[in-house]
Amino acid sequence: MANAEAEVITTADGVPLKESLKKALWQRKKTALLLVAPLFLFVLITFLIPIFDMLIRSVDNSIAGEQFPGVVVEIRNWDLDSTELPNEATFQALVDDFKVGAKEKTISRLGRRLNYEQSGMSGLFRKTARKIKKLEVTESPMAAMIAIDKKWGNIDTWRLIKRESGKYSSSYYLAAFDAEKNSDGSFSMKSEDRRVYVSLFWRTIRLSFTITFLTIILGYPIAYLLSTVKTKTSNMLIILVLLPFWTSLLVRTSSWIALLQKEGVINDILVGIGLIGDDNRLAMIHNETGTIIAMTHILLPFMVLPLFSVMKTIPPSWVRAARSMGATPFTAFVRVYLPNTVAGIGAGGILVFILAIGYYITPALVGGTKGTLISNFIAYHISTSLNWGLAAALGTILLLLVLALYILYDKVVGINNMKLG
Amino acid sequence: MKVILKQTLLATAALGLVATAQADITMVVVSWGGAYTKSQQRAYHEPYMANNPGVTIVNDDSASEGASKLRAQVEAGNVTWDLLDAEAPNAITLCDEGLVEEIDFDKDLAPAPDGTPASVDFGKSLISDCFIPQIAYSTTLGYRSDIYDVAPTKMADVFDLEKFPGKRSLEKRPDPNLEWALIADGVDPKDVYKVLDTKEGVDRAFAKLDTIKDQVIWWTKGSQPMQLLADGEVAFGSAYNGRLFEAIEVNKQPIKMLWDGQALQLDGWVVPKGAPNKAEVMKYLRFATDTQRLADQAKFISYGPLRASSAPMVGKHADLGIEMASHMPTAPENMKGAIFYDFEWWADNKDDLAERFESWLAK
Amino acid sequence: MALPIHATLTERIWHYCFLTICALIFAFLIFPILIILPLSFNAQPFFSFTSEMLHLQPDAFTTKWYEEFLTSRNWQGAVKNSFIIAFFSTIISTFLGTLAALGLSRPDFPFKTTIMGLLISPMVVPLIISAAGMFFFYSRVGLQGTHIGVILAHAALATPFVVITVTATLTGFDHSLTRAAASLGSSPTHTFFHVTVPLIIPGVISGGLFAFITSFDEVVVVLFVGSYNQRTIPWQMFSGIREQISPTIMAVATILIMISVALLVFLELMRRRTERLRGITPH
Repeated sequence: MANAEAEVITTADGVPLKESLKKALWQRKKTALLLVAPLFLFVLITFLIPIFDMLIRSVDNSIAGEQFPGVVVEIRNWDLDSTELPNEATFQALVDDFKVGAKEKTISRLGRRLNYEQSGMSGLFRKTARKIKKLEVTESPMAAMIAIDKKWGNIDTWRLIKRESGKYSSSYYLAAFDAEKNSDGSFSMKSEDRRVYVSLFWRTIRLSFTITFLTIILGYPIAYLLSTVKTKTSNMLIILVLLPFWTSLLVRTSSWIALLQKEGVINDILVGIGLIGDDNRLAMIHNETGTIIAMTHILLPFMVLPLFSVMKTIPPSWVRAARSMGATPFTAFVRVYLPNTVAGIGAGGILVFILAIGYYITPALVGGTKGTLISNFIAYHISTSLNWGLAAALGTILLLLVLALYILYDKVVGINNMKLG
Repeated sequence: MKVILKQTLLATAALGLVATAQADITMVVVSWGGAYTKSQQRAYHEPYMANNPGVTIVNDDSASEGASKLRAQVEAGNVTWDLLDAEAPNAITLCDEGLVEEIDFDKDLAPAPDGTPASVDFGKSLISDCFIPQIAYSTTLGYRSDIYDVAPTKMADVFDLEKFPGKRSLEKRPDPNLEWALIADGVDPKDVYKVLDTKEGVDRAFAKLDTIKDQVIWWTKGSQPMQLLADGEVAFGSAYNGRLFEAIEVNKQPIKMLWDGQALQLDGWVVPKGAPNKAEVMKYLRFATDTQRLADQAKFISYGPLRASSAPMVGKHADLGIEMASHMPTAPENMKGAIFYDFEWWADNKDDLAERFESWLAK
Repeated sequence: MALPIHATLTERIWHYCFLTICALIFAFLIFPILIILPLSFNAQPFFSFTSEMLHLQPDAFTTKWYEEFLTSRNWQGAVKNSFIIAFFSTIISTFLGTLAALGLSRPDFPFKTTIMGLLISPMVVPLIISAAGMFFFYSRVGLQGTHIGVILAHAALATPFVVITVTATLTGFDHSLTRAAASLGSSPTHTFFHVTVPLIIPGVISGGLFAFITSFDEVVVVLFVGSYNQRTIPWQMFSGIREQISPTIMAVATILIMISVALLVFLELMRRRTERLRGITPH
C-alpha cells in the first residue's frame, strides 16, 4: 500500500517505534547509571572531596583573617611600597588583636604560619603574646609595640603581614618550588642552604626512572620466559611472581632490611665467601641504594604481569616466519618481537613509574636521609612540622604529575584494558 | 548467603560489645620508651594501679614526636592522650598555644612531707604554668670502650674524625647538636645562645656539623643509639644519660660515657586539653609527682628528681644495689663542662631550626 | 620453550645463559620472602643468621617471637583491628563495586571513560596524597581517629580493584545466557540471581579478596586517618621496624606470608573453577 506520506511503524501498543526505542534505550541508560550511582557518590564523598579539600588548603590563608581581624582591615590602607610604618590605627588594631589572641592562646598559630615566610616571626609573636597582657597603651600603640620588640618597627615585618593578609596565598606553592617573595614583592629563589624541594622532586623522578628501567631490564626476560613455556609450567613459575605481589609491602621491606644491613644476610655471605673484608661491609641500606633495590623488588611484579599478558598475544609463528626468511635470531627478535611488546613495556613502565613516585613506606624505612622521596617530606609536613599548606602544595604538584602520566597511560593502553593478571 | 548474613550480624554485635565494655578507666600515658618508660612503670604506674584497681595505665612510646602529634590531634579534634611526658621547651610551646592545661601547683600537687608547698619544693624548675617537673636528665656522649686506644675525654672529640675515626650516632634534631658544634668550634659555652641567635652563628654550627655529616647515623628513639653502640654499628654516639647508665651498668656492655658537654634538660608532664580522663589524670599526677615517687624513680634510672625534698632520698639502685647519687647528671663531679639549656630560646626558635635541620639532612 | 633441534651451538649457549639469568631473577623475587621464615626462629634478637643457626644447632632456634606476638597487648589489638577494618571495608567495597561494574559493563553506558577514570582514581592517586587529603577532610568532619573513618577510607581505596576484576569477568560474560533465560520466562530479578550471579561470583570473590588484602596490608592511610586505637598489623610492623627491630616482626611477617600463600592457592582454585564452568580448557 503506497501512501503519499511515509508510514509510521508502531509497536504492539500503538506507540511509534522510534519513541518506544528511545524510551527503552533511556530506561537502559538510567538503570546503568543507577547501578553506578551508589559507588560514584561514595567515592565522591570519601575520596574525591577530601582530595579537593587538600587542593584548597594549598592556597588557603584564612588564618590571617581569623587571627588578625582588625589588622587585616587597617592594613588595606597601607601601601606595600611605602617606606614608612603603618599608621597608629593599624598599631592599635594590632594591640587589640593580640590581646584577644593571647587570651585565647590562638595568636601563636599565626606566628607559626608567618614564620614559614620569615624566620623570627614565631618568636616575635610568642614574645608579644606573653607581654601583651600587661600592656597599657597610654599614648602611642606604635611606640608601645616597638618597646615590646624592635621587630614591630621593622618595615619588612609589616610588608610580610600585608602580603599574607589576603584570604588566599601563593606562598606555599612558592615554597614548594624553593622560591620566596621578597620585601618588595618580587620573587627570587631561596638561599642555597634552604633549597630542598626542587632537588627532592628531581631525586624522586630520577630514582623512579632508575627503578622503572631496572624493572624493565629484569622483568622482560622472565615475562618472555613465562609467555613461551607450556601453560602448565608457566602457571607454576608465575607463582614466583605472584607470591611477592601478594605479600605485604611491609613484609618485603623488612626482609630487605634484614638482607641489606651491615650486619645483615648479604654482607654476611659476602664476607663468608671472602669477597669483602669484615670491616669493609657494604653500606646498602639507609641510602639511595637501599631504596632502589627494595623498590625494584617490590615493583617488579607490576612490570612482569602487563608484559606477560601482552607477550602472550604475540603468535610464536611470527618469529619463526622471520627466521624462515633468513633473519638471525637477534634480528628476528629486534625487528619482529620487540616492537610488538612495546605496548607492554609502555604499560608496565608507566604503571611502575606512577607507583614509584608516590611511594612512602619503603623510602621511609630503608632510605635513610639520602634515599627519601617527595612523599616522605609531605608526610613530614603533615605530622611533624605541621605546615599543612606546604604539604598540600607539594601533594598537589605530585598529583598533577601523576595525572599527566595517567593520561599518557590511557593513550598508550586505555584504562578499560587494565588487567590485574 | 545466610551464613554470611549471620556472621555479619555477629561481628557487628561483637563490635558493639567491645565498644561498651570499657567500664574501667584506661589512661594513655605517652613517654619515651625503653629504660625510661620502664622506670616510670615501676616507680609510678604499678604502685598507682595497685592502689586503684579500676585503672589501667597504657604506655605509648611516641613522646619524641609528642608536640607535633598532640597539635595534630587537637587540630583534628580528637585527643586520645591523657598525659604527655614532655621536655621543657615543648612544654612552653604547647602551653603558649593553649594545647595543655594550666596547673595550680599548690592545689593540684602534693606538698613535701615537711609541709613545704609544691611550688617551693619544685623551685626554679617551674618554667611554665603548664609544666609539672619530673626529672633532670642530660644528653651526653657514649663510646665503645674497646675500639679506641686513647679514649675520648671531651665532647669536642666527637667532631675529631682523625683521632677518633668510625661512625657516630647523633640525635636527629638540632639540639644539642648545634650547641655542641659551636663549642667544638671554639665558642665559649657561656656565649653559645648569643652566637646561635645570629644567622652567622647558625651557619657556623651547620658548617661544623658538615665536617662529620657522612659519618653520622641519626637516631630518633632513645633506645636506638644504645642498639647501634651495642651492635658496633657506631663507635661514638649521643644518648640520654639514663639509657647509657642502663647499658653500661645493667646490661654490662662495652660502653663508656663522657660527662663533658652534657646538655642538661628538664623533663616533666603536661596534661593535654580535652584529655579523655582528666579527673583520673589529676589524681594520678598528685601521686606520681610526690616526694617519694620522684625519689623512687631514681632507683631504676639515673635521672635526678626535681623536688628539693626528693634529692636527699635518692639511694641505691633497686636491682644492682649501687649508689645512684654519683650517676646523677646534677652530681657536682659530673657538672664540669655541662651546658645549661636555654628553654625559652629553644621554645622560640625550635620550629625554625628544626626545618633548617631537616633541609640540611636532605642534602 | 623447547630448544629446537636445529639450534646451533651459539644458540644453545644463549639459551642456557638466558635460563640462568631468568633463574637468578626469579631467585631475586622469591629469596627475600623465603629468608624471613628461618629468621623468625632466631633465638637471638638479631636480624641475621647466627653461626649457631647455620650449624643447625637446635638451641639457636626458638618460637618465643611467635609467643610474644600472641601475648602482646599491642599486637592483639592490632590483629583485632586489622580483621574488623578489613572485613567491613571489603563488604562495602565489594557491594558497591559489583553494582557499579554491572552498570559499567552495559553496552551503552554514557561517559564511560570519564566515570571509569573517576572510579579508578583511588588506585592511581599516590597513597600519600590520598592519606593527606583524607586526613585533612576527615579531621574537619570528626572522622579522624575513628574506626568508621578508617573503614570508609579503606573501602574507597579498595573499590577500584573490585570494579576492575568484576568488569573483566563481565567482559567474558555471554549475554545470550540472560536472553535465553528471559525467553524461557524468567523475570529480570530471577535471571539476575540465578544466572548472572553464579557466573560472576568468581570475579566478585576475586575482587573481594583484592579488597580484603588492600585493606589488610594498608599502612599509609591508617597512619594518618587512624590513631593508636585503630592500630593495625601493618601499623605495628611499621612502628616496630622504625624503632627497635625485634624478630617478632619476622614472626608476624611469616604468618602474613602463610596467609598470602593460602590466598594464592584459593585464587588458583577459583580460576580453574571459572575455566571449567565456562568450558574453557587450558591448552
